[in-house]
Amino acid sequence: MTETTETRTASIPAKAPTRLRRALDSDLFYAFRRSPVAMVSAAVAALLILAAVFAPLVAPTNPFDPASLNLMNGFTPPGQANAFTGDSFWLGTDDQGRDIFSTILYGLRISLFVGFSAVLLAMVLGIILGLLAGYVGGWTDTIIMRAADVQLTFPSILVAMLIFGIAKGITPVEYRDQMAIWVLILAIGLSDWVQFARVVRGSAMVEKSKDYVAAAQMIGRPSLAIMLRHVLPNVMSPVLVIATISLALAIIAEATLSFLGVGAPPTQPSLGTLIRIGQGFLFSGEWWILFFPACTLLALALAVNLLGDWLRDALNPRLK
Amino acid sequence: MTEPILSIRNLTVDIPTRYGLFQPVRNVSYDIRPGEIRGVVGESGAGKSMTGNAVIGLLDPPAFVSQGEIWLAGRRIDTLSAEEKRSIRGKEIAMIFQDPLTSLNPLFTVGEQLVETIQLHLNLSADKAKARALELLNAVAIPDPEERFNQYPHQFSGGMRQRVVIALALCSDPKVIVADEPTTALDVSIQAQVLDLIKKLAEDRQIGVILVTHDMGVIADTTEQVTVMYNGEVVESGTTDQILGAPQHAYTQALISAVPRPHKKVHRFPRVTYGGRENAFKIEDLARDWHKPEASQSGVLLRAENLTKRFVRKSALLPSNRTYFNAVDDVSFDIRDGEVFGIVGESGSGKSTVARMIATLHSIDGGHAYFDGADIAAMDKAALAKYRRQIQMIFQDPFSSLNPRMQVGDIIAEPLWHHGIMPRGKTEPRVRELLDKVGLARDAYQKYPHEFSGGQRQRISIARALATQPRFLICDEPTSALDVSVQAQILNILKDLQEHLGLTMLFISHDLPVVRQMCDRVAVMKQGKMVEVNDAEALFAEPREAYTRELLGLMPKLALLEN
Repeated sequence: MTETTETRTASIPAKAPTRLRRALDSDLFYAFRRSPVAMVSAAVAALLILAAVFAPLVAPTNPFDPASLNLMNGFTPPGQANAFTGDSFWLGTDDQGRDIFSTILYGLRISLFVGFSAVLLAMVLGIILGLLAGYVGGWTDTIIMRAADVQLTFPSILVAMLIFGIAKGITPVEYRDQMAIWVLILAIGLSDWVQFARVVRGSAMVEKSKDYVAAAQMIGRPSLAIMLRHVLPNVMSPVLVIATISLALAIIAEATLSFLGVGAPPTQPSLGTLIRIGQGFLFSGEWWILFFPACTLLALALAVNLLGDWLRDALNPRLK
Repeated sequence: MTEPILSIRNLTVDIPTRYGLFQPVRNVSYDIRPGEIRGVVGESGAGKSMTGNAVIGLLDPPAFVSQGEIWLAGRRIDTLSAEEKRSIRGKEIAMIFQDPLTSLNPLFTVGEQLVETIQLHLNLSADKAKARALELLNAVAIPDPEERFNQYPHQFSGGMRQRVVIALALCSDPKVIVADEPTTALDVSIQAQVLDLIKKLAEDRQIGVILVTHDMGVIADTTEQVTVMYNGEVVESGTTDQILGAPQHAYTQALISAVPRPHKKVHRFPRVTYGGRENAFKIEDLARDWHKPEASQSGVLLRAENLTKRFVRKSALLPSNRTYFNAVDDVSFDIRDGEVFGIVGESGSGKSTVARMIATLHSIDGGHAYFDGADIAAMDKAALAKYRRQIQMIFQDPFSSLNPRMQVGDIIAEPLWHHGIMPRGKTEPRVRELLDKVGLARDAYQKYPHEFSGGQRQRISIARALATQPRFLICDEPTSALDVSVQAQILNILKDLQEHLGLTMLFISHDLPVVRQMCDRVAVMKQGKMVEVNDAEALFAEPREAYTRELLGLMPKLALLEN
């Protein structure tokens, strides 16, 4: 069956092979165009990411500039004018009179930055260790994968808290608030490398047995070059899928840590910090302080997750 | 003449794709009578399997039958509902697939699978179903059916498994069996047994068999009627004698002329012209600026002395608890300058392992291999680099031997800059020249491997192998994944390389007629040991060893093609 489709595609005249042309003509993009869920998720995710990147331009106020804050504006409900100042805010204000919409945009920035960086760290670490385990094999494989197994026995949020605690303990007090974000990235990144390593190892073992690797070995290419130039590009598609799903998980992990008070400090609040602040006011009637950040987190995590699910199905030839 | 049991009339299968409508099967008609075996032959993509799938109602969506009719014993079956098709499938039409490993469930014993299928179709009691299962195992000539009944598929060898699959197909006394490449995954000796079994069963039980295959030898040995398909259409249909002996259609003639003959060595295979758009391989251009390799000191380019390769059978922490088996056991041979040395053997005989040891892909566990007098295992880094420049390999599977994520130009350039023949970034003119000489179009340089057919990919492999101007070429089953017409082209290219460039070759194959056509001297391997080494002519004319005679006896009798 594959053979027949192949002869067919082979007979289709080659288009000008620019990279954009190739990307737009790829089966992946074709599948994307035909999946409403993927397109909506991508649109939501893109909107949130753009809003976060351009937060200083989009946000009506800078919520962390004390000069622009007016305490009298505190607890303004969404869409209504403040009883004292007459100012009105889309999504209301919190106890300090900060505009919730603006804090969400700035909070998104922190959440996304931590999420992306943590996934990048986990991915780089996981790819390096997974490639070594899969390609070199033997004792290297045993040691790396047993370490991964041990780490998997702990819930990743616990690992993240442990790393966070240790890292915080060894940073000097005066740098703690500045370093908090980086510590958070380190904690989430280190707690998440295992699944990258496992997938890369599995794929690398499959690729290693293929003849193009033998051909490179015969030329005499060094192992490192074979791993990076030949094996790595061929194990990247499952990695991309995991990275997307991990991004949603990392954003949620960051929110969880921040919610528990061990993450982003109140001076640089992420969505999780905002939710933690907001839950204090939930039962006194100021629901909007919690509700809108929580909705944003939900929308972001859901969009990224759905996109990851779609990508996994689209890249899996067996499901086609 | 008896009435046909199965009749296919003007069958067309449509697959709507994003590039438009694709018809893998167009207007195909043929009949099968009870007890008759009809071979359906053609190259990959000819639509032969798709026709078989349409008959048993197993077309994968989005493929569907858009025109035509399929009649089974006077009943039209292509228009039935999915439910009704399922009740026919397995009961009236059974299927034998290519890979016996995947068509049995590894979690159930063979007996359980047979009894389940029998009960599903025939509504028998457990005892009666078991009795029938044993009877079937007996019918497919499995020894000790009582004992085998309770064993799992992994306890059966490949050939035995395929017998079980055939027994499964026979469970409900089907009228028709569709056998899709039933012996392609098997060794020749087992292939012959399985084909004999299918022949006998068809005759004894009056079952009509559609035998889908790409192998002319299987057709010649087994079938009475042949349908030749090309590009989704039937080009010719008739009795086997008539099609093989006096083909009428140009495509059939071209196809048959490309089949390697087991009994007579030809200088070159005739060029298959039908539909052939392949560019010529420019051997004269290539030879012009080729540094003819200097002769080796002793006239022997590669000498293997007692080569041994051990693989771990059972690994353990303590070395004393480990067990090994010898994949290659005490193998010695000489390969002389400029000759093509063949190694034949069935799967598991260790022939590929020998090639990989010489290619430095496997370490050598015992014995020595000398290349132009130098021990490969004892080479230092510089000597090894020089050695690797002089040997190149062409692999079996052109789909896995090229990195799918690299452009063809980069693939061929890698050995050039790695060996310092030219600096990185300056390789493009040389690579383009090589691509042109192996007969690929100019735009091949920036394409990716998946954009090429199997034969074109094998040409890319050849271009990569020739980039460093090697003295010694290892070909490990270079054509066994290719269609017969493409095989003929690639074998011609290899013959050209040997003749015009003075290359020495180690040619590994399980296919005796191919070895016969290619090799000057041949070694026969069995279970890691070398059975016989002799000149090809002598070996094929009067084999000395019993095993060699056995292997030769299993070669397809293509006597029909000789006139």
